Amino acid sequence: MANLEEFRAETRAWLEANCPPEMREPVRDDKDVYWGGRNGSFSSEAQGAWFDACVEKGYTVPAWPKEYGGAGLSPAEAKVLREEMARINARSPLHSFGIWMLGPALLQFGTEGQKKHFLNQIARGEIRWCQGYSEPGSGSDLVSLQTYGEDKGDHWVVNGQKIWTSYADKADWIFCLVRTDKEDKYRGITFMLYDMTTPGVSTKPIKLISGNSPFCETFFDDVKVPKSYGEDIPGFVGEINRGWDVAKYLLGHEREMISGAGNADRLTTIGAAMKRHTGELDPILRAQLAMFDVDALAFSAMGEKFLDEIKVGKAHPAQPNMMKYSGTELNKRRHELMMTAGGSRSLEWDSEVTRGGKPSREWLRTKANSIEGGTSEVMLNVIAKRILDLPGA
Amino acid sequence: MPLYHNDDQALLADTASQFMGEEGAIAKQLRHWRDKDCPDGFGHELWKQFAEMGFTGILVSEDDGGLGMGNVEAGIVLEQIGRNLTPSPFLSSAVLAATALGKGSADLRGRWLPGLLSGDSVFAVAVDEGPKHNPQKITTRAEKSGNGFRLNGAKSFVVQGASADMIVVAARTSGDDSDMDGLTLFAVPKDAAGLSQDAVRLVDSSMATHLKLDNVELDGDAVIGEVDGGREVLNAMLNAGRAGAAAEAVGVAGGSMDMTVDYLKQRKQFGRLIGEFQALQHRAAHLYSEVEIARAAVIKAQQLLDEGSEKAELMVAVAKAKAGIAAGLAVKEGVQMHGGIGMTDEYDIGLYMKRDRALSEFLGDANYHANRVAELSGY
Repeated sequence: MANLEEFRAETRAWLEANCPPEMREPVRDDKDVYWGGRNGSFSSEAQGAWFDACVEKGYTVPAWPKEYGGAGLSPAEAKVLREEMARINARSPLHSFGIWMLGPALLQFGTEGQKKHFLNQIARGEIRWCQGYSEPGSGSDLVSLQTYGEDKGDHWVVNGQKIWTSYADKADWIFCLVRTDKEDKYRGITFMLYDMTTPGVSTKPIKLISGNSPFCETFFDDVKVPKSYGEDIPGFVGEINRGWDVAKYLLGHEREMISGAGNADRLTTIGAAMKRHTGELDPILRAQLAMFDVDALAFSAMGEKFLDEIKVGKAHPAQPNMMKYSGTELNKRRHELMMTAGGSRSLEWDSEVTRGGKPSREWLRTKANSIEGGTSEVMLNVIAKRILDLPGA
Repeated sequence: MPLYHNDDQALLADTASQFMGEEGAIAKQLRHWRDKDCPDGFGHELWKQFAEMGFTGILVSEDDGGLGMGNVEAGIVLEQIGRNLTPSPFLSSAVLAATALGKGSADLRGRWLPGLLSGDSVFAVAVDEGPKHNPQKITTRAEKSGNGFRLNGAKSFVVQGASADMIVVAARTSGDDSDMDGLTLFAVPKDAAGLSQDAVRLVDSSMATHLKLDNVELDGDAVIGEVDGGREVLNAMLNAGRAGAAAEAVGVAGGSMDMTVDYLKQRKQFGRLIGEFQALQHRAAHLYSEVEIARAAVIKAQQLLDEGSEKAELMVAVAKAKAGIAAGLAVKEGVQMHGGIGMTDEYDIGLYMKRDRALSEFLGDANYHANRVAELSGY
């Protein structure tokens, strides 16, 4: 424990020296978030300085081993770093599906060569990844996916279409579920890795009800995907035809991420803020906000407990489904209440005072929380089957 | 501190689970005493066993002969009490009164704590004065009288008051009814002249009283803590009690949920187990989520209390509210999913519903505590 307190003091000093004041302001819009990648550019000098400092220290991926670009922190140290960053409201230096999703899959299933090659690229923000999972005919029933890779010896030729590919139009590479055996539903999928500039790959952004386009349709037309990128660097993760194992593992991570469990300490109450913004609160709205704040604070304790239990293997393996279900339903409720508290002001779609309709666009965006990464209904099915052991679910 | 039980706490949980599952079981305790129309509503023999197990000394300091543990440990015992609906004076005596007495003088502790540790004494607390919990307003008066005080007033919902050897009474020694200052807590012996109680049986078969104080004369040494400084003692007592009641509610919720999920796996209709129906699966899964979140809130609140954190009061309010909401859902879904049999006295699920109702009201319901959360958050 003494060492941990020492680490806390060091961390506090390091953050003080390296996290510029601008990077301690709340994220206001898209340009405040850095995603890296070949075309990545910093919106301010402070953003670049903060990013560079974190890369050098291994703090873009603090818990990853040092040889893969991390800082090799223990779970307890990583928690201290999270707490200290939260204390000064430090922004995350790098947003990345590579960190959140591909990285954990490679750490679990990748070869040594893949880890050295891809994880370091991710840690340094050099390659921006996107995820090719859902298809027009395969949403909740993901395993029915049809995108097909024909085996041509040292490569596959991939044809098909993905949908809801987050930021596919901005991504450099894709990790993609591709059917490689039409006979076996579960053991006929391969988890492939390939460059989005490969001939035959095209993307088309989908305009959402929020007016924004974070998702794309992604098309593959005779895309040549190599089986290897060099010695011990296969072009797929895990084994051929066993990509579903990797996908299932990753879905757990995705559900954790969407649930907000990782930054539950930042999921704060909203009642006091709504009163500051709107003056007097209608008594019935005040009661609803109070009930919401009870649930938000209780869920933030749940997030902390869940992370603590995961570290020591005490959490039920299906618990991320519960976190995802509860966290996303809570977030939808949060934005409903914020819209109600804001009144007509929060209806403004492109005014300056709402910074381009932020309240309404964010409110609409949250409606996807309980759909993406597994709908609430699918989460409830999984809880019923795997945790409560109910029959025939 | 991680939000799960350490090894010692896990061991205590196993011990408490086994003990309460056997000795504190519904048939052996709750139904037994209820069907006998027992005026205490619980068994003194079981209370002695609680003492032998060390449970009654969990919140008593080692200097006073107790175990010097914390609210987390008390909560572990209370969750098992809730799960088995075990009637006992644990919450009132070993959590509420013990927390108040812990802030009292050495004389006071020496007079009352040995009886708690041995299981010979039962304590009650008298705070509420109306049908809803409202400790902000205390009208019971204590006036200076010689070397001591003279108490006048009325209290209600004094759980196990008629069985108690001593009752912790919150009274006003100065100021107006709603002042924060000017309160004093007294340890009132059961045989004090002018003290009278009307016992009532509650919906969950527990016993409570309407208490009257008619010129009750007390020595100055009956004061717990400082004269006019009772709010601090009262808050400490209430927060420990609320966290404890929340832990018991999580036990009620868990017991009710497990019983219901088991039933979904046994009951057949339309040629299928009813647990195969998605309409019920989704409700059961939602209930599971709510109970898990409530349990997390309770452990967090107890840890903060034990650390003496400034955030404890807010989290205790969150825990009491959330546990009340989760347990309320668990018992209502429990009775509904059991169908007709859930309405019968023979089946235990209805007993969970009754206990939840009384427990939820005790020391403030979910509305009261949601309002506290709003106040403490500044709106």
